[in-house]
Amino acid sequence: MLSIKNLKASVDGKEILKGINLEVKAGEVHAIMGPNGSGKSTLSSVLAGSERFDVDGGEVTFNGKNLLDMAAEDRAREGLFLSFQYPIEIPGVSMVNFMKTAVNEHRKYLGQDSMSAGDFLKMLRDKKKVVEIDDRLTSRSVNEGFSGGEKKKNEIFQMAMLEPKLAILDETDSGLDIDALRVVANGVNKLKTKDNSTIVITHYQRLLDHIIPDFVHILYMGRIVKSGGKELALELEEKGYDWIKNEVAVG
Amino acid sequence: MSETIDSNTMKYKLINLYQQNKLAIDAGLTDSMNKHREESIRYFDSLGIPYKGDENYKYTDMMHAFGKMYGYAFKSPKTVVDPETIFHCAVPDLDTHTIILENGWYYAKNQEQSGLPNTIVALSIREATEAYPELIEKHYNEQANNKGQATTAFNTAFAQDGLFLYIPEGVVLEKPIQVINLLRGTNPLLVNQRNLIVAGKNSQSKLIVCDHTLSHQHFLSNTVTEVFVDENAIFDFYNIQNQHNQSSQVTSLFITQMKNSNTLCNTLTLHGGFVRNNIHIKFKGEHCEANAYGLAIVDGKQHVDNYTFIDHAVPNCTSNEMYKTILDDEATGAFNGKILVRPDAQKTLAFQSNKNICLTNTARFYTKPQLEIYADDVKCSHGATVGQMDEDALFYLKSRGIGGHEAKMMLMYAFAHEVLSHIRVPVLAERYGELVEKRLRGELSRCEGCFVHCN
Ligand SMILES: Nc1ncnc2c1ncn2[C@@H]1O[C@H](COP(=O)(O)OP(=O)(O)OP(=O)(O)O)[C@@H](O)[C@H]1O
Ligand SMILES: [Mg+2]
Repeated sequence: MLSIKNLKASVDGKEILKGINLEVKAGEVHAIMGPNGSGKSTLSSVLAGSERFDVDGGEVTFNGKNLLDMAAEDRAREGLFLSFQYPIEIPGVSMVNFMKTAVNEHRKYLGQDSMSAGDFLKMLRDKKKVVEIDDRLTSRSVNEGFSGGEKKKNEIFQMAMLEPKLAILDETDSGLDIDALRVVANGVNKLKTKDNSTIVITHYQRLLDHIIPDFVHILYMGRIVKSGGKELALELEEKGYDWIKNEVAVG
Repeated sequence: MSETIDSNTMKYKLINLYQQNKLAIDAGLTDSMNKHREESIRYFDSLGIPYKGDENYKYTDMMHAFGKMYGYAFKSPKTVVDPETIFHCAVPDLDTHTIILENGWYYAKNQEQSGLPNTIVALSIREATEAYPELIEKHYNEQANNKGQATTAFNTAFAQDGLFLYIPEGVVLEKPIQVINLLRGTNPLLVNQRNLIVAGKNSQSKLIVCDHTLSHQHFLSNTVTEVFVDENAIFDFYNIQNQHNQSSQVTSLFITQMKNSNTLCNTLTLHGGFVRNNIHIKFKGEHCEANAYGLAIVDGKQHVDNYTFIDHAVPNCTSNEMYKTILDDEATGAFNGKILVRPDAQKTLAFQSNKNICLTNTARFYTKPQLEIYADDVKCSHGATVGQMDEDALFYLKSRGIGGHEAKMMLMYAFAHEVLSHIRVPVLAERYGELVEKRLRGELSRCEGCFVHCN
């Protein structure tokens, strides 16, 4: 599904990703953890096609295609989805129009006809149930005046609408209350199939109790310094990052 | 036909034009209009055509509009729009009373076809001088007189016709009145249109003014509109400016508000080569509210300049201003927003916002808020920005598969939407939305669905 080889990226000449290697196969769930500022969001943004960062080296293939050559919108249409750590507010763009355009742009790319208004609205209703999102929210402008938790729910709602092959969830759990966390995690699990993959970026085990990862990676100072199974997350929860930092310093 | 000349020569040409045609200008009009002419032409002489750099014209060269050769018509045009067409023309979904003016002259058949209830008076201002002499005497040129505006004085000297609208005390008009201003001719033409609107106590009315050109000549329309809004009245003024890009348009709107009145004016500029809008709002009674909004979408070599002056002369009044511009290509624009809070005007609330997007690095916008506050217990805020499109928002859309052009369209529409959201006629807001979207897509050459087939 996704293959990252020695990916390097910088912003304003400051090197942030210093050679990332990661393989994600269809159906797998990978968790990426790591201290603040280690480059997790940068990695997500670079994969999603943000022009804020310069890619200085490496290769990324997504379902056999060179991801780094594609425009951000094409990466999305190819099935890559990023749930933002800080979703942005877009006053004046209604959620409905935003989603309708997004869905139809995906369809156009795949050579399908636009969805009829009726079908679209039905889909909207169905997907709203998946993440238990309020009607009030979908009738407003994109994220405008949404609470932190509502924004995160809205990200998962969009993911449900777009049915991506690979979803990168960047701290989707932060800011969620306990119920919302469960709802969001259940939503993600409901959307899970044996063909799609998920990368979960989080600081906390509690999300991984719901979304159980096949692999856990630790990103530190722009590199993946340790990988393991789901028990690695538990170990981190217990011991913090110091031992990793020490290991890196020693190595 | 469009040779350029210097400002002083042009001024003398225009004064000469006035002197040579004084009889024709006065003809058929009473003293209530004619008596203002001599003083106004002298005032025009003393001020001259505003030069670029002048206090209120920092970024706008009025010679761009005035520095061309125009013809002038001192008589009403004989041929007017085919009434048959007018009857079939109703703009879809916008049910209005329609009034037409051609080259600034009131169309004689308006009465029959506007469908206005007889509680409302809509007339040519020429007729009003005979039919409503007291109102003309009291309000004509009352606000516009010698306010340091050369173009207004010029208009007063030449004015022969325009719309007179009187909404008597207590009358509430359900449907909006739509005024369609048409410009057409076989030669370049300069037009001075003069409107007077009196909104009586407790009245409620909405006016939509559409400015069009029907032929490709250079036009300069210099329109002055005075609006007197009496106690407790509510009055809305929507102006859709959509002249062709070889035309120049100068509008001056004067609004005086009496106690507890509420007004809204909204200027939508779509096409038009050179546009300068002057808006003067004065509170004369307490507890008034004025809302002034503007949206301009310009490209090519268009220039648009909005000048607003809100005079908080008495306490306890509120003003809200929001002006936005989207500029593409080499378009240029300016905003000058003056707010004066006089020493007695305590408890004033005055809010101003001016936001602009330049889509290219050849587009230019200049903004100048001007707050003069002489009272201490007031709340005033202003903010002005000139920027590019929000990159983060653009990336968010792209990350959902909404690409380049479509994403930009969405964000531009969203930017414009804030102004549209303040329109107080729901169907008009929708129609504005469609117009704006078409304009942004570059598909708008004329108002969709309008019977006026101007390009
Ligand atoms: N636009 C930018 N300009 C300058 N520095 C940046 C920019 N974006 C990110 N950085 C820097 O890159 C480093 C990695 O940031 P990133 O947001 O990827 O961290 P993170 O692992 O997601 O952290 P967190 O856990 O706090 O979300 C940080 O030092 C950050 O300050
Ligand atoms: Mg982050």
